[in-house]
Amino acid sequence: MNALQATTYQDKSSGRIWKDKFIQGLVIFLSVVTISPIALIIYKLFVEGYKQISLGFIIENTPDTFAAMTAVANDERIPGGIANGLVGTLLMIVLASAIAIPVGVLTGIYLYENQGKMMANLIRNISDILQGVPSIVLGLISYLWIVKHVTMGFSALAGSVSLAIMMLPMIVRSTEETLKMIPITLKEAALALGAPYYKVILKVLIPTGYSGLLTGILLGISRILGETAPLMLTALGSSTINLDVTKPTSAVPLLIWEFYNDPNMIGLIWSSSLLLMAFVLTLNIVSKQFAAKRR
Amino acid sequence: MVFSLVGGAIPSFKAFGLKFIVSGDWDPTEGREVYGALPFIAGTLLTSFAALLISLPLSFSTSLFLGEYYKGTRVARILGMLVDLLAGIPSIVYGLWGFYVLRPLMIDLGFGGQGFGIFTASLILAIMIIPYATSLSNEIIAMVPNDLKEAAYSLGATRLEVIQTVTIPTARSGIVAGYILSFGRALGETMAVTMLIGNTNRVPDSFFGTGNTMASVIANQFGEADGLKLSSLIAIGLLLFLITGIVNGVGKLIIKKMT
Amino acid sequence: MTQTIAEIKNPALSIRDLSIAYDKNYAVKNVTVDIKKNTVTAIMGPSGCGKSTLLRALNRMHELYENITTEGKVLLHEENIYDMSTIKLRRQMGMVFQRPNPFPTMSIFDNVIAGYKLNGNSLKKKEKDEIVERSLRDVALWDEVKDSLHKKGTFLSGGQQQRLCIARALAFGPEIILMDEPTSALDPIATSKVEDLLVKLKEHYTIILVTHNMSQAARISDYSLFMYLGELVEYGKTKNMFTNPKDPRTEQYLTGKFG
Repeated sequence: MNALQATTYQDKSSGRIWKDKFIQGLVIFLSVVTISPIALIIYKLFVEGYKQISLGFIIENTPDTFAAMTAVANDERIPGGIANGLVGTLLMIVLASAIAIPVGVLTGIYLYENQGKMMANLIRNISDILQGVPSIVLGLISYLWIVKHVTMGFSALAGSVSLAIMMLPMIVRSTEETLKMIPITLKEAALALGAPYYKVILKVLIPTGYSGLLTGILLGISRILGETAPLMLTALGSSTINLDVTKPTSAVPLLIWEFYNDPNMIGLIWSSSLLLMAFVLTLNIVSKQFAAKRR
Repeated sequence: MVFSLVGGAIPSFKAFGLKFIVSGDWDPTEGREVYGALPFIAGTLLTSFAALLISLPLSFSTSLFLGEYYKGTRVARILGMLVDLLAGIPSIVYGLWGFYVLRPLMIDLGFGGQGFGIFTASLILAIMIIPYATSLSNEIIAMVPNDLKEAAYSLGATRLEVIQTVTIPTARSGIVAGYILSFGRALGETMAVTMLIGNTNRVPDSFFGTGNTMASVIANQFGEADGLKLSSLIAIGLLLFLITGIVNGVGKLIIKKMT
Repeated sequence: MTQTIAEIKNPALSIRDLSIAYDKNYAVKNVTVDIKKNTVTAIMGPSGCGKSTLLRALNRMHELYENITTEGKVLLHEENIYDMSTIKLRRQMGMVFQRPNPFPTMSIFDNVIAGYKLNGNSLKKKEKDEIVERSLRDVALWDEVKDSLHKKGTFLSGGQQQRLCIARALAFGPEIILMDEPTSALDPIATSKVEDLLVKLKEHYTIILVTHNMSQAARISDYSLFMYLGELVEYGKTKNMFTNPKDPRTEQYLTGKFG
């Protein structure tokens, strides 16, 4: 009787072990499938993109479609580059940061100082909702606010505002979380020295949480760097370098969209994407590195 | 924000009333302009839902890999980093890759036509939301207390049985919330979908046919829009805002309840 | 009520009928005490007796929390501290905390003069050097750190960090130093160094010390104050209190019946 039970038990257990191993193998296989697109995408970008990358690509404006067509017909490198896009992207990111960082950090400090209060909870929830709003809707909002009422036309400012709204919730959250991790005794020590409150924030809390804030800001920037949709509704694009924030401006992702729609410019798509990816991923890795260092 | 969206959408709602949401007609011909959002609402929900289903086995496996099987190992760190990188790729690059790599593949595989359509768009969307779903459920899975799992192991359970009986039930609502939030993200994705869905303004008739989503119709038609059409696009933006708001709200609520 | 006010002439600090409540729960009830100049006064009592609250009320740090009500007065040079600006008050009352908390972004040097920096007082280089050296010598840290003044304060050992924090409190030239269990996070050797330091410091400063540790109070304090459930039970010379406690509750505490 006992022996019989033991054998049936054994049989069942070997089936269980087999099933266990099978699922583990499946998990490994599917995990590899999950990350394969990243390798495939980067591979494609490199193979197709490297031949256009040159100094000229970075410092020249976009060619007109005829010049590109001629070059393609003669099997030459397409002339020109994406300088207008690079400058536009830089301009809008600086402007968006100038809007989002102060507002975001101040809001984060406010939330930190008013834990559990109605108003703070409301603001935190609004910020959370904002984080989930699709970027194209933010583009629409900036269109309604800025394009229609402030700059009376498509503009870099409108693009920056839509990007700033995108960054804002990330900065608010990372500010609050960073401040929460600073031991309260540090704040008390500074106050016990008779320091006025704003100095405590400026000289003690912000320097101590510096790397946390920076991580949030860099991640915010890497998120908006590749954004295309909101810019289509706000900054529109421009074929020359533009530094006037009230005028239409190009951006690297916008140029990719234009190249994609112009059969003569296909050759530029991959190199622009390669460059954009390089920026985004570098920023991403750098900011994660910052975050890792803090732990 | 809501206020200005509503303001911009008023002319359209005035003209079409509730029919705006349930009507399938979208005709910009002057003189008999009719705009209804149904094709786009349907397209958005269909692609996002399909994307969710496609991403489910992949992201769930990956989060088990990261949060359970190889938790804390070097391999998991590298895999986690790669998944994070997936989140860093701009939407437009996904679109390009989908257009030049995935679409020809679809044609070769015999999905018909140009390779555009709901299915192709869902596929690229699935890849795009994998990192969100993975990192959210990975965090929750990794949080399942070890002593619970050890209790199950000490009773002779295999790893799979521990996952089935302890890890998943404990983390269930968090995992669900993670997928709801990823769904919310898929709803608003614009560029990659615009480049792959085919952009036909009708209610999709088949899963492999073409269609359009709320986000991509705004992106596509905004340039040439004014008057009633512009207002209708803004109205679609408002609807998209509300839908994503509700979906995200539900997801966040579940997470808040858990912690 | 304990009768101990009369014997102290020219007190450093006079506490009069001080009551402090959190949400209507009194943590400190009707405390009246005079603190003698140039002494170490220990505040003792079991956890939750209100000793930390009392200490924090003396430089108004307790006001950092919500829903606090304060009644009564604390007189410093005949002036009620609750009518003074906190900035002015806190310059005259240095504070040292349970755990060493040097500012992690500042060097040792900058930590010592942090009080000046945070108040926006600009000093000449020579003044700074003088203050830093004097303060560090006062806490017997100068010889240990004089070659690494510009390194981060957080690299020091726990005991050194705590002495650095005391130097930070001294640098401003306060009259009174409030200490909230300053040795509770230190090892025995570091503790005895800090204790020796306190005995030396009372030549120039008045020290009020919250401690959990009865033998510490016996070793270094001149006066002791025993609190129980927010009330001041007994106050007097430490020697007398330890050898001949008047109140049965004090006796029970000192003999280890509770606490």
